[in-house]
Amino acid sequence: MSPDSMTVDHAGHGGTHDDHEPNTVFGFWLYLMTDCILFATIFAGFAVGRHQYAGNVTGKDIFDLKYVGAETALLLISSVTYGFAMINTYQQKMGGLLAWLGVTFLLGAGFVGMEINEFHHLVAEGHGPDKSAFLSAFFTLVGTHGLHVTCGLVWMLVLMVQLTVLRKPLTQAYVHRLMCLSLFWHFLDIVWICVFTLVYLMGVQ
Amino acid sequence: MFGKLTLADIPFDQPIIIGAGGFMGLVVLAVLGAITYFKKWGYIYHEWLTSVDHKKIGAMYIMVALVMLLRGFSDAIMMRTQQAMAHDGLPGYLPPHHYDQIFTAHGTIMIFFMAMPFMIGLMNIAVPLQIGARDVAFPFLNSFSFWLTFVGAILVNVSLVIGEFGQTGWLAYPPLSELKFSPGVGVDYYIWSLQLTGLGTLLTGINFFVTIVKMRAPGMTWMRMPIFTWTIFCTAILIMAAFPILTVTFGMLSLDRYLGMHFFTNELGGNQMMYVNLIWAWGHPEVYILILPAFGVFSEVTPTFSQKRLFGYKAMVLATVAITFLSFVVWLHHFFTMGAGANVNAFFGITTMLISIPTGVKIFNWLFTMYKGRIQFTSMMWWTVGFMITFVIGGMTGVMLAIPGSDWVLHNSLFLIAHFHNVIIGGVLFGYMAGLTYWFPKAFGFKLNEKWGNASFWFWLVGFYVAFMPLYALGFMGMTRRMNHYDNPDWTPYLQVAALGALLVLCGILSTVIQLVVSIRNRNLPEYQDVTGDPWNGRTLEWSTSSPPPFYNFAIIPEVHELDAFNEVKKRGHEARAVPTYSDIHMPRNTPAGFAMALLAGVMGFALIWHIWWLVALMFVSIIGTFIVRSCNDDIDYYVPAEEVARIEGLHRARVASLEMTHVA
Ligand code: HEM
Ligand SMILES: [Cu+2]
Repeated sequence: MSPDSMTVDHAGHGGTHDDHEPNTVFGFWLYLMTDCILFATIFAGFAVGRHQYAGNVTGKDIFDLKYVGAETALLLISSVTYGFAMINTYQQKMGGLLAWLGVTFLLGAGFVGMEINEFHHLVAEGHGPDKSAFLSAFFTLVGTHGLHVTCGLVWMLVLMVQLTVLRKPLTQAYVHRLMCLSLFWHFLDIVWICVFTLVYLMGVQ
Repeated sequence: MFGKLTLADIPFDQPIIIGAGGFMGLVVLAVLGAITYFKKWGYIYHEWLTSVDHKKIGAMYIMVALVMLLRGFSDAIMMRTQQAMAHDGLPGYLPPHHYDQIFTAHGTIMIFFMAMPFMIGLMNIAVPLQIGARDVAFPFLNSFSFWLTFVGAILVNVSLVIGEFGQTGWLAYPPLSELKFSPGVGVDYYIWSLQLTGLGTLLTGINFFVTIVKMRAPGMTWMRMPIFTWTIFCTAILIMAAFPILTVTFGMLSLDRYLGMHFFTNELGGNQMMYVNLIWAWGHPEVYILILPAFGVFSEVTPTFSQKRLFGYKAMVLATVAITFLSFVVWLHHFFTMGAGANVNAFFGITTMLISIPTGVKIFNWLFTMYKGRIQFTSMMWWTVGFMITFVIGGMTGVMLAIPGSDWVLHNSLFLIAHFHNVIIGGVLFGYMAGLTYWFPKAFGFKLNEKWGNASFWFWLVGFYVAFMPLYALGFMGMTRRMNHYDNPDWTPYLQVAALGALLVLCGILSTVIQLVVSIRNRNLPEYQDVTGDPWNGRTLEWSTSSPPPFYNFAIIPEVHELDAFNEVKKRGHEARAVPTYSDIHMPRNTPAGFAMALLAGVMGFALIWHIWWLVALMFVSIIGTFIVRSCNDDIDYYVPAEEVARIEGLHRARVASLEMTHVA
């Protein structure tokens, strides 16, 4: 290779360390886009099955909007608290970051807990996912979202342990991880708004 | 303890299966024994299992693909001999239960474990080098992706001996694939092996998208990007858009099978056609995921061996992008017979035919590239020419199938089988074979034997026509696909000719095997050695570094001023051969985490198939645990000091100089 024509001073180019990190956030964002398609497909499945009650319950029979509204509130507020955590991250304030992460975690856990409770009641009353196409689609859609939130909680926990027990400093790498989780968390909020509207609000009509 | 798994699940009474399984077992044992005997475990572990080097990962992908090609082809030749024998009330030698597994395994293996790994292998080897990058965006993820595909392939092969494979056809349509009609583990093997490799493919798609967007050498604008990289870019988009659909579709089928849900069942509101729609919403993009990279290979091979720049680069890019978008609006042509109505069918018929326009543009571009070029008829060029003729025929039968009226007649017949083998062998397979020959010296430092390469091409080409042209006729004669035996004596002669064609293809595959053996054995002879790193007088950046490239690819990241960057440099006259100043190079460390996680995932798949729930839980926790441990490790990269780079580059220069001397002498 000809050094004169193909050489550059490539500060900030090619394979330098700092250059790799934004890739993480970009890559994670792309993953979220694929996740978006995943959810879209499940929504499509729900749209197909949503009136296939097969003699079992309809949405109107089983949805308690007040309950789901409280659930929704928990998740939406947790997005705000995660925002506070990120502000503290950028200011390199470890204490505030951990506190807000903790609050977010509790809110998220509350959401998952309420969802498990809802599922438990439905199954106990004989409206499990194997009873009709509608119930299959409902459990799968809401459950997939719930699984995602659970993954987010585990991830949050791991980050908190890494930052406290393992005493990892708040380096760029960790800031980027927190940013990815932030994207994830807000993304799940958006998905939930669609779930709430399409499944619950439209289901009780 | 072992879920549904008992000793009775190993079919000791089936000599063919036990023979094949035993043979595979022996081969594996022989390989493991050889590694132990030659004390190569350390080498295998450090250089391959834990490697995050895209060139090695690419090589491993292609090895998997070639092995699975043998497996998939064994299935094919068994089907061909069965159908040649099973006429006029004769049963042939394969009972239906076994035959159904064979065509399912053949299709599944050829698409997911032959074509996909082959394509991903080529892109791993070529893309980072073509864009002047030192590795992919996420090297660890890349290793994880590969090992996921690997364990998926292992699961398929395990199904041969432990239990059974699906008997549903390669897309496992319900309700046949539902628990009620397929109570065995066959469909579960199918689902979990494909979920594993599907996840790997999705991650690869993201990885290469980021790599191409973010890591191109300075100066390489979008319209200076090599055409193969363009096709991989579009393939990555297709993968990201299509594979989540596949994941969900299989997920819903699993929920039906494991938790008694009703997505696709006959009862309680399930909808079978939803599966068919979803699987083809993935499936049609999938065929373009396979063919676009092949187009990319032809677009590299044709200019190189016509010694001219590619005709109509911009048109080629546009055509590729157009195909990418169109591929999402044609899926319904796979089931015109669903009964969606004339208007819907007309819409999808027309969109399907539209795809032939950008494809035709490409064919003309290749032809005009060859026009007035100084064509060197290497085996790669033969694959290309063979492709152009064969693919055009396959494309035209495709347009026939795109007419809803005629599809109504030809649907599910051998005409369809002939059509898609026409494009998939003549297009995808020929393209990958050309790509393998083309980049082999880059990856390994020596060229493949041309005589056997040409032999392989001619056997494949003639074999393909002999094996599949009769199938067009058989389709018109009313023979449907997936038949174990039949009672129409008129079909038999055609099927016997087709079996002969499969034999010719067998010779083609054997030629490739011989080609590899001969080339590896003679690799140190001067006519095999790729001394300069530029054996074909190539035009793109991958030829500007040594063969095989150093693990960091480029000692100095090249700067790009125009399309065909390396060709331009060569034209301007170069090789000032002054020793450049090197700087430290940042590289990722090898890690066993990808291998470990994939292996655990493979065991988890096996446990899911056999309902061994404690093992599922254990593996699940271990995977998460491994991932967490890995994420606690911050020491994942290092710097290669500039002196070390200078030393490696110096060695290479000295070697080039000395070998060029002996060459002249
Ligand atoms: C090498 C020569 C090949 C031969 C002789 C061959 C032969 C066959 C035969 C006999 C069938 C079954 C037809 C039937 O249903 O009656 C079949 C199906 C199929 N083949 Fe091939 N094949 C070859 C290569 C390939 C390749 C390279 C691919 C893909 C990359 C492929 C993909 C498929 C698929 C997807 C099916 C459908 C399986 C199903 O019915 O579910 N084949 N092939
Ligand atoms: Cu299609």
